[in-house]
Formats: sequence, C-alpha cells, structure tokens
Amino acid sequence: MLHSTRRRGRIIAAAIVVVAGALGILSAESASAASPITSGTSCVADEASGCLQGKVIDDNRNPVPGAKITVTSPSGASGSAKTAKNGSFFFKVSEAGAYTVELDAASLPEGVTPKTSTLTVTVELSNITPAGFALNGHVKGSVNSGPAAVPYYQLVWQQFSQGLLLGLLLALAAIGLSLIYGTTGLSNFAHSEQITLGGFLAYVFAVQLGINIIVSAILVIALTALSGYLQDKLIWGPLRKRGLGLTQLMVVTIGLSLALEYVFQLLFGANVYPVATNLELNTGPLDITPTAYWSMLVSVIVLALVGFALIFTRLGRATRAVADNRALAAASGIDVERVIRIVWIVSTGLAGLSGVLYALVNGGVYWLTGAQLLLLVFAAVTLGGIGTAFGALIGSLIIGVVANMSTLFIPQDLKYATGLVILIVVLLVRPQGILGRKERVG
Amino acid sequence: MDIGFYFTNLFTDFGSTILSVITASYVIAAIGLNIHFGFTGLLNIGQAGFMLIGAYGFAITVRFTQNFWLGVVVALVGAVLFALALGLPTLKLRGDYLAIVTIAAAEIVRLIGDNQLLAPFTGGTFGIPGSAFSKPFAALSPLPQIGLFQIGPYNYPFTEGDSWWLRIVAWSLVAVCIAISFLLVRSPWGRVLRGIREDEDAVRSLGKNVTVYKTQSLVIGGLFGAVAGIVNVLATSVSADAMGRTLTFELYTCLLLGGAATVFGPLLGTFLYWLVLVFLRDSIGFWVPSSVLSQQQIPQVTWIVVGIGLMLLVIFRPQGILGNKKELAFGD
Amino acid sequence: MTDNQKLIDPDYDYDRAELRKKLGAVDELPGSAKPNPILTVDSITRRFGGIAAVDVDHLEVQKGSITALIGPNGAGKTTFFNLLTGFDIPDKPQGGAAKPRWEFQGRSLVSTSAYKVARTGMVRTFQLTKALSAMTVMDNMLLGSQQQTGELLSRSAIWPIWRGKEKVIRAQAEELLDRFKLLEKKDDYAGSLSGGQRKLLEMARALMSNPAMIMLDEPMAGVNPALTQSLLGHIQNLRDTGTTVLFVEHDMHMVRFISDWVVVMAEGKLVAEGRPGNVMQNQAVIDAYLGSHHDQDLGDDAVLNEDFDTAIAEEDVELAKAEEAVEAYAESVREKEGDGD
Ligand SMILES: Nc1ncnc2c1ncn2[C@@H]1O[C@H](COP(=O)(O)OP(=O)(O)O)[C@@H](O)[C@H]1O
Ligand SMILES: [Mg+2]
Repeated sequence: MLHSTRRRGRIIAAAIVVVAGALGILSAESASAASPITSGTSCVADEASGCLQGKVIDDNRNPVPGAKITVTSPSGASGSAKTAKNGSFFFKVSEAGAYTVELDAASLPEGVTPKTSTLTVTVELSNITPAGFALNGHVKGSVNSGPAAVPYYQLVWQQFSQGLLLGLLLALAAIGLSLIYGTTGLSNFAHSEQITLGGFLAYVFAVQLGINIIVSAILVIALTALSGYLQDKLIWGPLRKRGLGLTQLMVVTIGLSLALEYVFQLLFGANVYPVATNLELNTGPLDITPTAYWSMLVSVIVLALVGFALIFTRLGRATRAVADNRALAAASGIDVERVIRIVWIVSTGLAGLSGVLYALVNGGVYWLTGAQLLLLVFAAVTLGGIGTAFGALIGSLIIGVVANMSTLFIPQDLKYATGLVILIVVLLVRPQGILGRKERVG
Repeated sequence: MDIGFYFTNLFTDFGSTILSVITASYVIAAIGLNIHFGFTGLLNIGQAGFMLIGAYGFAITVRFTQNFWLGVVVALVGAVLFALALGLPTLKLRGDYLAIVTIAAAEIVRLIGDNQLLAPFTGGTFGIPGSAFSKPFAALSPLPQIGLFQIGPYNYPFTEGDSWWLRIVAWSLVAVCIAISFLLVRSPWGRVLRGIREDEDAVRSLGKNVTVYKTQSLVIGGLFGAVAGIVNVLATSVSADAMGRTLTFELYTCLLLGGAATVFGPLLGTFLYWLVLVFLRDSIGFWVPSSVLSQQQIPQVTWIVVGIGLMLLVIFRPQGILGNKKELAFGD
Repeated sequence: MTDNQKLIDPDYDYDRAELRKKLGAVDELPGSAKPNPILTVDSITRRFGGIAAVDVDHLEVQKGSITALIGPNGAGKTTFFNLLTGFDIPDKPQGGAAKPRWEFQGRSLVSTSAYKVARTGMVRTFQLTKALSAMTVMDNMLLGSQQQTGELLSRSAIWPIWRGKEKVIRAQAEELLDRFKLLEKKDDYAGSLSGGQRKLLEMARALMSNPAMIMLDEPMAGVNPALTQSLLGHIQNLRDTGTTVLFVEHDMHMVRFISDWVVVMAEGKLVAEGRPGNVMQNQAVIDAYLGSHHDQDLGDDAVLNEDFDTAIAEEDVELAKAEEAVEAYAESVREKEGDGD
C-alpha cells in the first residue's frame, strides 16, 4: 500500500515536472500595445498583431536595399521603412484587413524600375502576410542567379526538393516514434509535442537569448533528450512496471499531448515564433534556402549516424533485438529497460532536432506545430512498417515528397490530407508497410 | 467579492450545464464512442470527425433545401460512408492503425471544412451560422414559435436557437440513445462485440465474421456521433475548429470517467466532466486574480487539467466510476 | 442438425475397434492414404524469411479418428493449424510447383477465411489459450454457439426474437460445462480460472457448435496431472460421440494413450505416420524428430488397453518398413540441411 502510494506520488510528480519544466525554462511574453504600425528588422506576430513583410528583388533575383516602402492600414494609418541590406522589410501591424503596400520608385537605385508599385494584401492578426516586389532590370553588379520567370518544371522541382527537406525532417521524428513503438509497443501521441518543444526551445535560445543557432540547436537536443530521459524514468518506466496495457498507455500519451499543447499555448499564445529572422533567397541545384541546405545536411548526417549506430554498435544491435523479441532479448542478457530508456532519450532528442530544423526552414514554431506534423509522421511510420527504423526513413521521404508535390494540385493547407490518402492506400495494399512483417497467430 | 455570490453563481452554472444541449451532444457522442471503444475495443480517435460529418451533412443540406429530415438522412448516410471509408482498410489490421487513420481522417475533415475552396458550402473558416439551417427544426416545435420561457434562473427561448424545444429534443434523444445502446450491447450481438474486444482471433475461430461486426460497430457508433453533431450545431453553429481532436479527447475523458463498457457510463461521465470543468472555470475566475491568469488563459489551464486528468484517470482508475475492473475495456 | 444432438452419421466409425482395424490396413508412411479421410491436404507451404515453417506434400486425416500431430518445438505444427484454419495464408507455389489444396468433408477450404472454416465444422483451439478473460465463463460458452440469430445486428435489439434460442443454447452450455466440471464457475470471469480450466473452457466453447472435427493445439500444455486425466477422457469421449479430433502434442505418453494415429512433423515436413505404438517404439524416430530425450519409462501404461497392445504386436513388419522409409527420409532431410548451411 505504502509502496503504491509512493509510486503514485512519483507519477503525479512526473507529470508536474514535465509541465513545470516547460514553464520554468520559458518566460511568458507580454502582449504588446504598440502603435498601429511599426517597422523593424524582424517581426513576431501575436494575438494582437500581424506581420506584413517581404522583399524587393531585381530581375536577377538579387535583393535591392534602400527602397522605400509605405504601408497604409484600412483605417488610414501608415508607416514607412527602407529595405535592409538583404532587401527585406518588416512591418508589425495591430489591425487586420486590407493594406496597401507602396514602393517608392524614386528611392530605387539606377537600373531598376518597379513592375508594379502598389500591392493590396489582406493582413490577419497572429499571422505573417507576405508582400514582395519584383523589379524590372537589375542593379549594377547584380549577377544573374537564376531564371527570372519560374517555369512549371521548376515549380515541380521546387516542390520536390521541399518535399525531400520535409521528408528528412519527418524522418528525424519518425525514427524515434518507430523505435519507441518497436521496443515498447507504444504509439506515442505525445511525440508531436517533443517536436514543438524543440522549436520553442530553439526560439528561446536563438532569438530571446541570442545564442548562436548551432549552439542553440545542441542545447535544444540536450534538453529534449533530457525530457525523454525524465519521461521514461518518471512516467513510462513506472507505468510499464505497473503492467499498464498498451492501449491504456496510448491514452495516457494522448492526455499528455493535450496537456503539453495547452502548456505551450499558455506560455506562448497562438503566435508563430520565427527562429531565423532574416529572409533568404533560394539558391543552388535544389532551389532552396541556404538554411534549408544546412538542415538537410544535418538531418542526413544525424540519420546516417543513427542508422550506423543501429547496425554496428552493441547498443544498436541490442535495440534491434529488443524490438524483434523482447522476451528473447531479456533472456539473452540484454538489459531491456536500459535499452528502452536510451531509446527514449535518443528519440526525443531527434524529435527536438526535427523541431529546431522545422522551425528554421518553415518560418517558425507555434503551439500546434508538432500536432500538425504528427499525422505525417504516423503516416510515414506506417508506410515504412511500424517498428522498423529504416522503414520510417523511407516512409518519411515518400510522405514528404508526395505531400509537397500534391500542393501542385491542391491547396497548400490540404497537403496534410495527402498523408492520409497515402496511408489508406498503403493499408489496403500492403498493411504491414514497406519493410514491416506480418504478425503471428496462435 | 462575495462567497455567497460565488456559490449561487456556481450552482446556477451547474444547473445550466446539466440542461445544456452541448452536454447532451457530448453524452450522445460518448455513447457512440462507448460502442466503439468500450464494447468492441476499437480505438476511434476521430469521433469529432463523425460529429463534424454529421454537422456538415445536416447543415449544408438544410441550408439549401430547408428540409429537416433530408438533412438528417444526409448526415447519417455521411457518417456511414465515413465509417466504411475508415473501416474497410483498417479493421482487418491491428488496432493502432484504426487509431491513426481515424485521428488523421477527422483532422482532414476539419481542414477541408476550414478550406476556402468549399466555402460556398462549408462557409470556410467562418462556418455556417445556425440561422442558415435551424428554421425547419424550429418549425417542428409544438411550443410557441417566439418568446422566452423562464424556470428559476434559466431563461431560454421557447423554440428559436438554443431553446427549450431543442433541450427537450436533445435530452429525449439521449434517453433513446441510451435505450438503443442498452438493447444492442445486452444482445447476443453485443456479446460478440465484447468477445472481439477481448480477443478477435478467438471469436473468429468460433465462426463469427469479425470484420463485419467491427464494421457494424464502427458504423453504429459513428451514427451516434453524427446525431451528436446535429444536436450540437443546432444549439450553436457549424465551425470546423470547434470539432477538432480536442473534442475527441474530451469525449474519451467523459467516457473513461463514467466507465467504459457500461451503459450509463457516458451519461454520468459527461455530467461529471462538465461539472468539474464549470467548477474549475468559475473557481479560477473567482479566486485567481486576473493579473496571474487572464480571462483568456482560464480555458488553457482547464485544458491542461483535462489532459493531466485523463492521464491520471487511465493510470489509476481505468474502469471509471461505474466500471468493473475485471471487465476492463482496455485490452492490452 | 438439431441444437444439442449430432445426427448419426452412417459414415462415422463410432466403434473404435472397427476404426483401428481400418487404420491397421494403412501404410505407415508419411502422406499415406486413409480409407475415409475427413481432411486431405496437398502441397501446402509457408515460409518465414528463408525458413520453411511448413512444407507438407500430402496428408489425410481419417474420419472418426483421434490423430496426434507431434514434433519438436518449432516443427511447424501451429503454423500448419493456422494455415488449415484460415488464420494464415500459404505461400504461392513457386515455378511449376503444385498449388496448395486442402479439403474438409469434400469441401475445398483454400482461401477461406477463418470464420468460414469454423462454420464448415472445423473448429480449433489455440496453443496460447484464448479464453475471453473479461467475460464470464457462460458468456464464453454462449459465444461458441453458431445457432444464435440474435448475433445478427438486424435482430439484436428485439429480444423476443432471440430469447427462446438463448435458453436452448444456455442449456447446452450448462450441460457441456457440467461435463467439463466448470458448471459452478459459470458466472465467474474466465480470467479468474486456472490455466488448466481455461484450456477446458476453450475446448468446451469450441464444442458448442457441435463441430465435425476439432483441432486442439497443445490441449494438455500447462494442465495439471489431475485435470489431464479428465481432459484425455473428454477427448476420447468426443471421438466416440462423433467428433474427429486432430491434436498437437509433444508429450509422448499422452499421445500413445489416446490417439489412433500419429503424424510426426519436423522442420515443416511430415516425416512419419503410423499407429502410436509403432511410431513411439521407434526410438530412432523419436530421437531424430523430437530431438528430446524421451524417457524410457513406459511402465505406467496400465491405462493402455489390451486391444491396442495386440494391434501393436501384430504390426511389427510394417513398422520395420516404416522405419526404413523414415530413416531414408531423415537422411535426405539431413543432407538438404547440410547443403543449406
Ligand atoms: N509469424 C511468424 N513470423 C516469423 N516466424 C514464424 C512465425 N510463425 C512461426 N514462425 C516460425 O515458424 C516455425 C514453426 O513455428 P510453429 O508453427 O509455432 O511450430 P510448433 O507449433 O511446431 O512449435 C518456427 O521456427 C517459428 O519461429
Ligand atoms: Mg506450436
């Protein structure tokens, strides 16, 4: 009795630690009551404000600094600013509605003229509204960095490479989800919140505290991994010992996911927080931003390391053994609980990294970032075969590419629906997934 | 700040919650979920999707035809098709697949509802206002068409909008749904469902077509969901974002609180759930100064409590209040 | 068919001596033809990864017999059961190999789903007992019947339709429970029964549909000796009242005590068939295919009946023949295995 009370206490304490951990690290942002339109070198939208931002580029797609931009709100308030070195401008506005954005042709350097000098855009609060100007001609010294018009094949190519990027980021999260499923049988619905946590921590370190992004990323991985360790030590491990069924555990993860989502909302509101503030141009063969290249590189390296570790290290082999047959693994002397704990640490760390990179390349993080991705992550894991790490990688790449390519035909925000369609088709055709295996009966 | 005021207020809120049409819609949806999860062991995490399908099917049809019964039929047919679309690929497989597909599908329904593409029908993010589809329902009312009626502190319209008429219908539907679920789950059919919940291979080996039973269960529970969706939007309006994942999670909390696999569990659980919620909101609003928690943050805190409550419930009392530990709905 | 009583089948050997006489004329070779097979299986294979868990060319099960399927752990017995009962699907034949075929009472069961197999009268139990723990013993039993039309959704809500039938089925269940000494437990949750009682319950439940054949996967595993005796009694009783029995077992004592015919399986293949005494006495077979050190203590065989012993004695000649064939086959298997490595 005493024992069980103590354990009960520990589990409750664990739940509180998880919640309080997030509370302690992150400080609430106070709502701003600024003047209607302000300009700056970055913009964070919240419930009371929206961002109107964009770039001025010449026909070589190079930035044009010093161009004067004037925005006028529906109520007639206006503000103006000059574009920065990288051609970008930011306005923070506190009123939703139709804005006019004007480019002062006189402020432009020699050699360029505006194609259009006035844009009308609709601004929503707590959202970022893009407004960009492309100019005719180019500034002296500007070299052609790509074709001026975007032909269709290039759009297709762009979506493909964006898909590849998304796939790699999904893979970081999916491998963890799959490893946890493989070793414990648990479908962890709170995995999405590990992604969100990663994104928010990156915002706190890189933007709020101004720490270098690489250092920030490392700190985020360490902290999210720590959160995985604590979770397994304080919640999942004790619950496994208690003999909770897998369905029960799954509903527990659902409860945790719900609680964490609203902890994020309580702390950050519904705003999108950018982790990288400067706008970048797409370059190179894949036609994506430099940050995106770096993100892909990091993902590939990390995924390769994980794959290598799974195949060649003792721990990796032990992990696969546990996933294959837990009882047999335990009987052959593997410390199953230790393996599971390490799997939790690695999985949450990977999800944290995924969150950082996703926030970097997708304009920021908000309280539902992970929840939005979870569907795709699950689709990827199922597609690859639940419980197989390499299947998760393949599944992620396919889902990422197909989801992004689908935006060539359907509205952007329905791309998550593509994930479901793929999932259903896969379940009909090959229910065990690409690399999965049938279960045994009897 | 008067304690007396706090208590009168609290108990008035308790009363209006128990009368509320929304509460009734939760009970009906939870009864459907009980058939899925409690009796058959189907982990449907997309019950809100069924509600939304019912709501859209009903509201869009009535909006364009002003025919109440046609709206109901479309809603129910929609729910059946949705259940079949989700069930056919997944019901032969392990339970996790159904969980993933239902949560995803519900999310997709919401995204499509929110999308501007279909705005002429769905109203996009703005949804469909109640006034667009509630008239034919009001026309069926034997009560006066206009005017208010007051009982104690509760003053609602006779027939319009969130009215006495709707309350009577909603709670009668709750009674009917409980009766239907009672008849179904106490029958040999219900016995097969419970068998499937325990071990579907065993039931298969006894000559029962398990896939058909699971499909029937998914369809029936989904129909309850669609009815709940109709009831819910008659009191308010159709809004995709109001029927998202969180609503499904709430329904699970209601069901597990009352006791899954019991006939009255959904009713009792939903009452308790809402009472706790109202208590939390009123109490935080009253006792916690708004400098600590703003009005806007109170719902967020209650959601956190709901999430943690769901965790603790499943860990420490998975059978809920009415359930029997030996007859636990959770398989393994 | 009535609810409780099976019709007398003129084709069924209710007389066990008669049955054994018929089986006495059968060649003791793997895949030998039986005079009156209830189940015939042809070229069925199932691979997991590289390993052929089941690779059976031909097997016939004599109607009215208790046939034991024995073999060491991992021999493929459970997989074989799964294939026959629709719980698993055989591999597609590779390059010109014959298609898998199996017939039960003259009816093909190829690509028949598990529930339909059960409906044809071939009901199985599982090695890992599948008692429905969160249901009562009685509910478990009632679920076993295939007569209750109240199981149809369209009729379920209207209880007057099915209430009468429910009474009949309940009576049948009580009778069976009584026979299996579980009647006092009828309102207990199945989860509260002992391992042995669950095995009994699973068997009794399977019998609720009066199957023509019952397939038991290790019915005696984990059952205490006292219960084992009565279980053996039940199995023989079943046979005597018209249910053919095919059961998996690895305990030799049990097998020779109750079975009319023994089929030996190793590494997915049928390696021997014969009357129990013969197969049992053949230590070479036992060692080769059971790989276990079966103890020599055949002393407590008082239970073995006279007829049976005489029958064994009379068939020494055939036994020698079987031994030879089996040994040759074993050699070829060993060779193949050697190649494989
Ligand atoms: N679903 C499965 N996946 C992989 N291997 C399996 C599966 N089912 C059975 N096997 C393998 O097939 C072989 C036969 O197993 P089984 O039929 O259970 O043998 P038996 O019942 O005779 O002990 C074993 O090697 C077992 O590991
Ligand atoms: Mg076996």
